[in-house]
Amino acid sequence: MRLEYTGLSDLNGSLVALEGVSGVSYDELAELTMADGSTRYGRVILIEGDRAVLQVFEGTRGMSLENTRTHFTGKPMDIALSKEMLGRVFDGAGRPIDGLGELFPDERRNINGSAINPVSRLYPRSCIYTGVSAIDGCSTLIRGQKLPIFSGAGMAHNELAAQMVRQARVAGDDGEFAIVFAAMGVKNDVAEFFRRNFEEAGALQRVVMFLNLASDPIIERILTPRCALTAAEYLAFNHGYHVLVVMTDMTSYCEAVREFSSSKGEIPSRKGFPAYLYSDLASLYERAGMIAGKQGSVTQVPILTMPNDDITHPIPDLTGYITEGQIVLERNMDQSGVYPPINILSSLSRLMKDGIGEGYTRADHPGLSNQLFASYSKVQEARSLASVIGEDELSALDKQYLRFGRAFEEYFIRQGQQEERTLEQTLELGWVLLSILPRGELDRVSDKELDAHYKEGAFERLKEA
Amino acid sequence: MSDYVIYSVNGPVVKVTGGRGLAMMDMVYAGEQQLIGEVVSVDGDMTTVQVYEDTTGLAPGQPVTPTGAPMALLLGPGLLGNIFDGIGRPLRDLEAASGAFLGRGINIPALDLERTWDSEIFVHEGDTVTPGTLYASCQETPAITHRCLVPAGVSGKVVRAVPNGSYTVEAVLVEVEDDRGQVHQLKLASRCPIRGARPMGRRLPVSKPLITGQRIIDTLFPIGKGGAAAIPGPFGAGKTMTQHQLAKWSDADIIVYLGCGERGNEMTQALEEFSELKDPRTGLPLMNRTILLANTSNMPVAAREASVYTGMTIAEYYRDMGYHVALMADSTSRWAEALREISGRLEEMPAEEGFPAYLASRLAEFYERAGYVETLEGKEGFVTVIGAVSPQGGDFSEPVTQNTKRFIRCFWALDRSLAYARHFPSIHWMNSYSEYSAELRPWYAQNVSPDFDKCRQRIANLLREESQLMEIVKLIGSDILPEDQKLTIEIARVIRLGFLQQNAYHAVDTYVPLTKQLKMMECILRLYDKAKEGVERAIPLSQYLATGVFDALVKMKYEVPNDDLSKFDDYNAQIDQAVEQVNQANS
Repeated sequence: MRLEYTGLSDLNGSLVALEGVSGVSYDELAELTMADGSTRYGRVILIEGDRAVLQVFEGTRGMSLENTRTHFTGKPMDIALSKEMLGRVFDGAGRPIDGLGELFPDERRNINGSAINPVSRLYPRSCIYTGVSAIDGCSTLIRGQKLPIFSGAGMAHNELAAQMVRQARVAGDDGEFAIVFAAMGVKNDVAEFFRRNFEEAGALQRVVMFLNLASDPIIERILTPRCALTAAEYLAFNHGYHVLVVMTDMTSYCEAVREFSSSKGEIPSRKGFPAYLYSDLASLYERAGMIAGKQGSVTQVPILTMPNDDITHPIPDLTGYITEGQIVLERNMDQSGVYPPINILSSLSRLMKDGIGEGYTRADHPGLSNQLFASYSKVQEARSLASVIGEDELSALDKQYLRFGRAFEEYFIRQGQQEERTLEQTLELGWVLLSILPRGELDRVSDKELDAHYKEGAFERLKEA
Repeated sequence: MSDYVIYSVNGPVVKVTGGRGLAMMDMVYAGEQQLIGEVVSVDGDMTTVQVYEDTTGLAPGQPVTPTGAPMALLLGPGLLGNIFDGIGRPLRDLEAASGAFLGRGINIPALDLERTWDSEIFVHEGDTVTPGTLYASCQETPAITHRCLVPAGVSGKVVRAVPNGSYTVEAVLVEVEDDRGQVHQLKLASRCPIRGARPMGRRLPVSKPLITGQRIIDTLFPIGKGGAAAIPGPFGAGKTMTQHQLAKWSDADIIVYLGCGERGNEMTQALEEFSELKDPRTGLPLMNRTILLANTSNMPVAAREASVYTGMTIAEYYRDMGYHVALMADSTSRWAEALREISGRLEEMPAEEGFPAYLASRLAEFYERAGYVETLEGKEGFVTVIGAVSPQGGDFSEPVTQNTKRFIRCFWALDRSLAYARHFPSIHWMNSYSEYSAELRPWYAQNVSPDFDKCRQRIANLLREESQLMEIVKLIGSDILPEDQKLTIEIARVIRLGFLQQNAYHAVDTYVPLTKQLKMMECILRLYDKAKEGVERAIPLSQYLATGVFDALVKMKYEVPNDDLSKFDDYNAQIDQAVEQVNQANS
């Protein structure tokens, strides 16, 4: 028997309240039928005695207290999963929108997922090469990691993410790659840009897309990453794919959470975001990882645009506390035409230390990347000094640092969008650039490494060539 | 069959009607899935319960089963080497019960109830026991003897005692009849409520340092055994890394490592690393002396709130046996945020930045449970607390950092710019402090060297001078400074790179004994003194620099093995020789 409740008792933003209901449970999915026969979906977010408050995914436009009939489905929100998802396009709530019809599901799963038991996790150690020097050399991406790109409006984060996806290779060749793309509140052109990129790379058959565009309902935006990650976990842990999840733009997602929170009348904390934003983001980001005894992996590359390029804004701040590092794009660098405009110093990959070096990448990788960081951070000191006293007044050593800094940005960080560098090339390039500095300045690498790799004048030879 | 039923559900906050018998902080099982919860407020017929698991599927009308007791942990042998969630459920058993993804409504005790332990029984029929009397012990790990003591509130005559033998944790070993005729059963395991501090004899003053093998901590900002410290820092500054280093190398008997609202992979890494690494003092795997608590950021927020108390209770339990326990809490900010989140759901009036007004008192309660104590049994034990703080936006003026500062005495401020320059540990020497330095001075003088404190002072002064000089250098460059100030900058560079910077991945450098720390300081100061003499005689500093001896000292931390300090003689000779050479050339 299908039980329906006619009418509502309250409407407010995307929330509706019903009174006199029974047998309704928390987080249950409800189907709302409008007068014209169309259906919308909602989720129970508060239940108090015989009163239930629902969050309507599609918004409450056109709803009145009388024209709606509500049916509670008796189960939480779930999506259909099957290997056939690869190559398909879904909306933010996991419904197919590519005109190829409904999915024939292998299984249905609650989109909220469950936390991975820390003892069941496998500590990630194998690298994903992206072919981008600044990432491979200095903030290496590891399979099973969550490494966000912190960007700002107008910078080349989409291009960088697309390049990473295109060029991603795993060390050794075990298992297949799949890509799950979740778009949250992005412009149509951005979604199209990614689609075209996947197509050009011949990867469309390995991509699952979840699109919630800027004009789509915000409540669905809250579901989008959850649908995408449920699909990713399914492909990784049931079918053994190495799944790379690209989520853009986390800022739109967080703003949707804020909008929804304020419509519920919750007490805001910093910048109006709800106090649970940390836990909420964690429930997404922590869904990356590997599981002992299973073949696949979920690697996340979330993209967020820092409002006003401010890294201490709650969104990048809370993200940085959860994710395993970050790749930070810098406005200055972008303006001076460097692509990718990655700020090496504030970028970090926390899992890198255990996934590089002897037995993983190359023995000199840890020392070299450490040295590049240390030397480049001295470049910043020399630059700030130069801006006060002028470059001419600098000591000879500081001038050498300035030279190193310019060369580092010009040769190491700068890279073509279609240019793919092997790790060998990246590391060699690093050593060549370090040759600009006197050997005594290189205190992060061992003498043995210096003997093997440090060649005076190597940079001049590179420039001539 | 209880009459209590669910009335409303809002996230982890569940309201219950049906009676007035539920007591504050009592544990209950909510709903058909029997989710664990705790009573947080009672208002007439309406009782509010905070549920420690995801509440999806709970509905009004579902039953609530009271347990009649506050949230408690089963404590006993078998805790060491294990990993638990925030409310003390063993994660390995949860994995066996629900697979790689955590299920709900699974109630597993912290200890293995089947396993038997070879126990020695110390009391006999007719003995009189008081709180703190040792009645049984068993070898929990090769290095740790688990000592079962009569709990507070139990005293009287032993009416029954079993002989030595193999027993499970739930087997009754001793029965004690008190003067009211009530019989108490004592087992290997005991239940202990988590929210209140465990009773102890009395507090003792802090007089010994916790030796960590981390130079900047041991020398500049030492923490006393039984002290409390905070490590605040923005993300990426190395809080977790520092905590891991302390957990690995501190000279405590037992480490309780609490991952509170942090990353899952980090806990996996800790588990893996601690199992592989050997304790330098016993040669056994570090995991043997470690208890891990993992309530990762995506696990239920209410359990995160409880996890710090779980960790503290376990730490105090071992303290009462006379052990030296260090509790690492990473991160207390996540705990504070859990308080805020639940407070918001309870619709309490927020104070600063949405945090509840009782934030400060909760922090105080927690940090005050640290201490060097005489146990009920009359032995010495301590709990040292080291809490990481993750300030929003790296801004130390936010409420959690500020309130924490009031209740700790050792502040290791991590600095973003040091981390960017890959200077680790990124504890900033100008922003950090330790109030224990003075109290620990006699210990260092007695156990390391009478010169230790003098060296420490001089090193600290040089760093302070350098930081003042750097203000000038930033404006006008270093070239125009007088020679002696240039020397200060150069020697401070040696201190920063060669002494303060410590490589956690280097076999020799990851842990450095105090004697080596002292020798390193002496070497650096020797060079400073000698060079200073020369510079005062108008010998240009550049000549001393050209000898390469400054750079040699930067690398001495890698060159001198920890167990053979004779190599320092070579360094001293090298310094003397280099200085002599320059002096002669100028004479």
